[in-house]
Amino acid sequence: MSDIITANRLIDGIVLFQDSGGGWAEDFARAAIYADAAATKAALDLAKEDERRDLIVEPYAVAVELRNGHYAPKALRELIRATGPTVRLDLGKQAQGQAPVLLEKPHVSV
Amino acid sequence: MYRYDEFDAAFVEERVGQFRDQVARRVAGELTEEQFRPHRLMNGLYLQLHAYMLRIAVPYGTLSSRQMRKLAEIARKYDRGYGHFTTRQNLQFNWPALKDVPDILAELGSVEMHAIQTSGNCIRNVTADHFAGAAADEIVDPRPYAEIMRQWSSLHPEFSFLPRKFKIAVNGGPKDRAVIQAHDIGLQVVRNERGEIGFTVYVGGGLGRTPMIGHKIRDFLPEADLLAYTDAILRVYNLEGRRDNKYKARIKILVHEKGAAAMREAVEAEFAAHNREGLTLPPEEIARINAYFALPPLEPKKALSERTERRRLKDAKFSNFLQSNLSPHKVQGYGIVTISLKPIGGVPGDATADQMDAVADLAEEYSSDELRVSHEQNLVLPHVAFDDLPAVYDRLASVGLATPNAGLVTDIIACPGLDYCALATARSIPVAQRLSEHFGDGARARDIGPLKIKISGCINACGHHHVGHIGILGLERAGEETYQITLGGSGDEQAAIGQITGPGFSSENVVDAIETIVSTYMSQRRDGSEDFLSTYRRVGMTPFKEALYERSAGSDI
Repeated sequence: MSDIITANRLIDGIVLFQDSGGGWAEDFARAAIYADAAATKAALDLAKEDERRDLIVEPYAVAVELRNGHYAPKALRELIRATGPTVRLDLGKQAQGQAPVLLEKPHVSV
Repeated sequence: MYRYDEFDAAFVEERVGQFRDQVARRVAGELTEEQFRPHRLMNGLYLQLHAYMLRIAVPYGTLSSRQMRKLAEIARKYDRGYGHFTTRQNLQFNWPALKDVPDILAELGSVEMHAIQTSGNCIRNVTADHFAGAAADEIVDPRPYAEIMRQWSSLHPEFSFLPRKFKIAVNGGPKDRAVIQAHDIGLQVVRNERGEIGFTVYVGGGLGRTPMIGHKIRDFLPEADLLAYTDAILRVYNLEGRRDNKYKARIKILVHEKGAAAMREAVEAEFAAHNREGLTLPPEEIARINAYFALPPLEPKKALSERTERRRLKDAKFSNFLQSNLSPHKVQGYGIVTISLKPIGGVPGDATADQMDAVADLAEEYSSDELRVSHEQNLVLPHVAFDDLPAVYDRLASVGLATPNAGLVTDIIACPGLDYCALATARSIPVAQRLSEHFGDGARARDIGPLKIKISGCINACGHHHVGHIGILGLERAGEETYQITLGGSGDEQAAIGQITGPGFSSENVVDAIETIVSTYMSQRRDGSEDFLSTYRRVGMTPFKEALYERSAGSDI
């Protein structure tokens, strides 16, 4: 099982993803994928340092899976968080082309 | 309307200054998130699924045009051009930046609004009947009492760290439009045989994971004792309420475990023993607050407006709108107009900044500058002359706010659900949208008649599903959204918690399941005048259960 690390930016609350350089990106596509528990733990520890430096709040690991060749969060909650409200396609990451590829077309069905 | 005095204005301004300082210290790293969280929550600021969320109090659901315009301005300037009206008569912005919140609060303060105590384990915004001050059947306007409690409870040193949040609602007419029996304290304004004003007091109601209907502990509490008695209830709760388990910390659990009779005895003993004199309301103070809520000077008019009747005869849409969205006013020749925030296929409770401005203009021009927010996530123009109804309707229609469905099957309450909320387990809004598309606002919806569907996206029940005639609870099971249905709930004066039909339904099948329930009602009702709830109470769960699980292929057993 693979993971990514996510958090919210302190100053404006925007959802962020840890990138491969240990920094933070708004775009899901730039999220670093951690292939095992040890890598996830190390990445989360790094994120917690940024939390202590008051850059981000509430970092945590999110399980992702490959769907049609692209990574996307497994849980619906995390998929919506990484995408935007399914009832307002003009808002959130989907509106800026920063959502997981899977969801951009077609969108979450209800 | 209530107007801030110098003390109120200084108090709110001081709080804004304090929060500005707290935010600055948080951003500078002088406060950790753990230290900062209680401060932001006490100012209504949450961290939600996508971003921060700011919950703004609309005390007892009353707004002026100026205040509504300010909300529109904030939506444009600091948020994403819309706001969400909630079942607590509040307004939520879903995308504010932390750095902007002190400025937003300062802007709110400039129109006598704030976000104080819209979160946290304190006494929350006191809610009231949304037709308060206008309804033909009103006994007494409940808002002055709500305002008195607001002033008393704001930053109350003894009640700022209760075991859990505490919600009070006041209703002023014989019809309970404020769901008082599902509140921690529910107050029903009454008059005794001598014509004196008082309150019937309910305690220990609540929804959430353990739904309870409140217990009546006083038939008649004299008006002057409102604060002393409320204080006694809070003291008993503050001392005896559980702090060891968040899920058992609400007063409803205390009342349930202690027993209503023992709770009544404890409250009465506390009431008799403590500070009663200090909290007795002086008549002149009640009169002073009452004066703020005086009925606007409305000149009585003819019982029928020729202009409106002519339009009604030739315009079926207008006629339908009046049938569902107009309620009787206490002054002849006037009506109360419900502005449905449930357009067919829309998001329940959402209003754009442009719509807020349009509603503010209408209130200023046609409703004595007054607006209400209802717990049913609609807006209300409380004082509209019958002659003005065509003009009001046309303006509402021009901004997409003339949906003729108030009180009908598509006037659905839905919490934000998993589309916005960090606590949700399933989506609510898309289910409401599909039901709305399915039933519409046409002849069939009118034939179905009064029917309240309420949807929550988790067991916290912000969508009031337990008291929906049809309640829908969204849960997550094995990674999939699943929807549990309850029937027979009611939030009125005959309050009841709905009963679960049986196994839940998938997202795909939930609309068909509701259709099955509605069709069963239509086939079971005695005639068109027997509404859903009356039919359910007469025939019980069995025919609905049979239709859902034995005859229907749509269930997910």
